[in-house]
Amino acid sequence: MTAALQYLFDALSLGSLYALGALGIALIFGVMRLVNFAHGDVMTFAIFVLIAPTTEAVAPLWVGAWATPLIVLTVLGVGAALAVLAELAVFRHLRHATPATTMMAAFALGFVIQNLLLALHSSRAKAVNLWPQLNLPVDLWGARVPALQMLMIGITMALLVGLAWMLRHTRAGLEMRAAAEDFDMARMLGVKANRVILVAFGMSGALAALIGLFMVNQTGLVDIRMGAPMMLVAFVSTVIGGLGSLMGAVLGGFLIGFVSTALQAWLPLDARAFRDAFVYLGVIALLLWRPNGLFITGASRQRV
Amino acid sequence: MKNFLLRHRLETPVLLCLALALLAVLSLAGSNSLQRTTTEVLIRVVMVVGMFIFIGHSGLISFGHMAFVGIGAYGVAWTTMEPSIKQYVLTGLPDLLQQAALPWVPASLLAGLLAAAVALLAGAVILRLNGIAASIATFSLLAIFNVVYSNWDSVTAGSSSIVGIPTPVGVWQAFLFAAGAIALAHWHGISRFGLALRAVREEPVAARSCGINAWRQLLVAFVLSALVCGLGGALDAQFLGVVNPDAYYLGRTFTCLTMLVIGGSASLSGAVTGVLVLSALMELLIRLETGVSLGGMAIQLPSGSQEVVTGLVMVLTLIRRPAGLMQGREWQWPRLTHPSAPLPAASLEMQPR
Repeated sequence: MTAALQYLFDALSLGSLYALGALGIALIFGVMRLVNFAHGDVMTFAIFVLIAPTTEAVAPLWVGAWATPLIVLTVLGVGAALAVLAELAVFRHLRHATPATTMMAAFALGFVIQNLLLALHSSRAKAVNLWPQLNLPVDLWGARVPALQMLMIGITMALLVGLAWMLRHTRAGLEMRAAAEDFDMARMLGVKANRVILVAFGMSGALAALIGLFMVNQTGLVDIRMGAPMMLVAFVSTVIGGLGSLMGAVLGGFLIGFVSTALQAWLPLDARAFRDAFVYLGVIALLLWRPNGLFITGASRQRV
Repeated sequence: MKNFLLRHRLETPVLLCLALALLAVLSLAGSNSLQRTTTEVLIRVVMVVGMFIFIGHSGLISFGHMAFVGIGAYGVAWTTMEPSIKQYVLTGLPDLLQQAALPWVPASLLAGLLAAAVALLAGAVILRLNGIAASIATFSLLAIFNVVYSNWDSVTAGSSSIVGIPTPVGVWQAFLFAAGAIALAHWHGISRFGLALRAVREEPVAARSCGINAWRQLLVAFVLSALVCGLGGALDAQFLGVVNPDAYYLGRTFTCLTMLVIGGSASLSGAVTGVLVLSALMELLIRLETGVSLGGMAIQLPSGSQEVVTGLVMVLTLIRRPAGLMQGREWQWPRLTHPSAPLPAASLEMQPR
């Protein structure tokens, strides 16, 4: 029973991480039809401000040494700022390009950011001890769950509720939903395209930075390659949830989190290293059954 | 001669092969390192032409072709290495492979066929998805390849590379395969498969109403492109003598996609031009990184700037000139009059399906 509870919390926390990542991708895709391949690298950049840029093996803390609320605000702010900068510098000029072109541009941008970090910090993983008290286990109905996992699940739930409220009850949310449904019509009705897109990018960047903070706390490392696996799972979650659907992206993220944890628990020991391969194979199998994802939105329906 | 070439539509591949042959001949007059660089360029031509066969005609971006390159590279490692080394390092290989020590040409062809077989299975599944979902599925294909090959230690030696592959590949061997790849890509492009696939790219619904089965055409192109990419991987392994799963992952994917995009993904000449131009740029940047003296001043770019500049060039190209350098045109002999039978017109940008 306690083992099952342990696995449940593992699955929920992993699922919330993936769901946040998928949400960041889906926000931008919904508004702009752009698959943001640079999302993982925005996350990595945001958490690298925690340490000072140096190619030494041990990096002194920079933002990481400040007070906790300041750290959180700064890292989230850097993530949002980088995403907004990417939109202003690159994606704004590609507003009317084909999805393939924008995908490639995002891929290239991600590559540039990753190599900038490589030049500044070298490819070594640097140790960062951020909030060690969060890794202490909390006793919950017999299961010992790290406090960080509880925090992750709690914050994700709060964010999802807050986002749903924002989308439904605020002007900015209304504009985003309108832009996601029919961009040109929304513009004709007075929605300022640039502002909606900037808000989407800012939110996406902040979400990426939040995931980064969780990952740093969990692993204790910052590494330029941290973004790639997270990014891939985020894309895949968005695709299985249905491109353009925020709810689908979140559910896709949780689904992959649950399947990943289940495989981790049930696979024989020598097959555990291939867990990710099985997850992706499962995703491809799901896509065979439902090619347009679980929640089909108007975005994916073909108009002939 | 010119009429013969024009009538059989051989003008473009002949011109491309002549240019590559010129490059090969010039390199032979240079130093050993120049020859190694030229061999690398020719191997990249094979890989990028392979990617073009699918990406160019279908308009779908595939991030997963490096998986086929890697499958080809490991395939050739399994069949050409000394059996005595394989017995110690790759204990999980079946006996047939462990005893095999094939000459390099059959081994390369077999490795290419292995990649094509995997593409047949994977493509049959992935190509049912629509545009963006298919691209992301190819990305996950690359991830699957990386995870499997990095962890299957008994068969692939995992993240510690396989060392000791015989290296018979030099400038001329690579040129031979590059010419073959160009011939294959050209043949596919002018055949009914290429035409049907381009029709699917331009107007999927109209193409379907003409009786074209989009999935089948995509699959044909996917398998053919995997074959050529597998051959490129086989050459790569037999040039370096070392294979490692991380060499066929995101970095290489990005480099090859950049070459394709900068040259112009809609035409074969675009693919080759992209390789030549970007290889020259990358060489220049690497030389600048190691430091060069120009008129008395020593210029040295900070390390890592080669990738950053390459990425920025790619972004700028996509913003300014998304159809690349060749803009869908092919290399042709300069004409005074309008050509009577131009090569099939290609759309300017990568189009979604």
